[in-house]
Amino acid sequence: MAKVLVVTSGKGGVGKTTTTAALGAALAQRGDKVVVVDFDVGLRNLDLVMGAERRVVFDLINVVQGVAKLPQALIKDKRLENLWLLPASQTRDKDALTEEGVGKVIADLRSRFDWVICDSPAGIERGASMAMRFADEAVIVTNPEVSSVRDSDRIIGMLDSKTVRAEKGERVEKHILITRYDPSRAARGEMLTIDDILEILATPLLGIIPESQDVLRASNVGTPVTLSNADGAPARAYTDAARRLCGETVPMQVPAERKGFMDRLLRRRAA
Amino acid sequence: MSMGLLRLLRGNKASAPVARERLQILLAHERGMRGQPDLLGVLREEILAVVSKHVTLDPTKVIVRLERGDEVSTLEVDIEVPNDFERKKAAVA
Repeated sequence: MAKVLVVTSGKGGVGKTTTTAALGAALAQRGDKVVVVDFDVGLRNLDLVMGAERRVVFDLINVVQGVAKLPQALIKDKRLENLWLLPASQTRDKDALTEEGVGKVIADLRSRFDWVICDSPAGIERGASMAMRFADEAVIVTNPEVSSVRDSDRIIGMLDSKTVRAEKGERVEKHILITRYDPSRAARGEMLTIDDILEILATPLLGIIPESQDVLRASNVGTPVTLSNADGAPARAYTDAARRLCGETVPMQVPAERKGFMDRLLRRRAA
Repeated sequence: MSMGLLRLLRGNKASAPVARERLQILLAHERGMRGQPDLLGVLREEILAVVSKHVTLDPTKVIVRLERGDEVSTLEVDIEVPNDFERKKAAVA
């Protein structure tokens, strides 16, 4: 049974595209057939983060408008057999995303894949509402910071009222993914704690992704972080999150505080 | 620099609990407002309609503001009425 998963946040720059690429790759590595869909019309970036920017010919809008057939627009990942990308249009207007058109594309994708992961644009406008419209599940990407938590709360409200599932009286299963978590700042009381965020948003936790250079490095080279440095802390956290999405029970790893300067020095030596 | 000094004087108090409290208060309010019609917009329209029955108004000069306080909130309605209104009315009559 195919699942449509939206990766959303309200706020920009919190890590939606990184998360979409990382979860998509992690799920594909498990053997599931996965497509990641970019809904950020006009500001597409999932192609870049996936390293497929030079292979885009047709896009989501072309398919919605019937200019191209779905298989023509799907880009197969070069590293993983089961991973595909449906890019957004860079030039069209986001109003081209009609509900009927998007609904047809999502239904078609459901019949071809195990996971349809929709990368939402920031904001609460058309692109964001279309990305979540047909979702069965949602990953709400949240930074431990007041504006991100507030926007997540707003998005949770939309998921509970503006989705097809909500309108039918069903639930969209929601998960919080905390990204850019800095354990040392949290320990110093400078950052909202995991418990604070979960209590305020009253939504279960999918994973905690530590702040890491791995993430920037992965996007620099156009590789999902779960593939670029599979042993790194963010990759492991994303892989665990993917396993939880599949229903596995995986103990939650709260990123620990790095000890001190000497420890870091020794770590670097050892590495 | 001054921020650092301030924190030092206050005993280096953590800011996260403040963030948490502010969020809890704000979100409790915002969740209550969700799905309800835009109160200020409705008030503005209705006040505008009532006053325009008697006074010719520039709709852009009607400002409705709501400020939330701990104990009471204040609703401020600021309507700019042109000075020559009485004269104009006399001229029409």
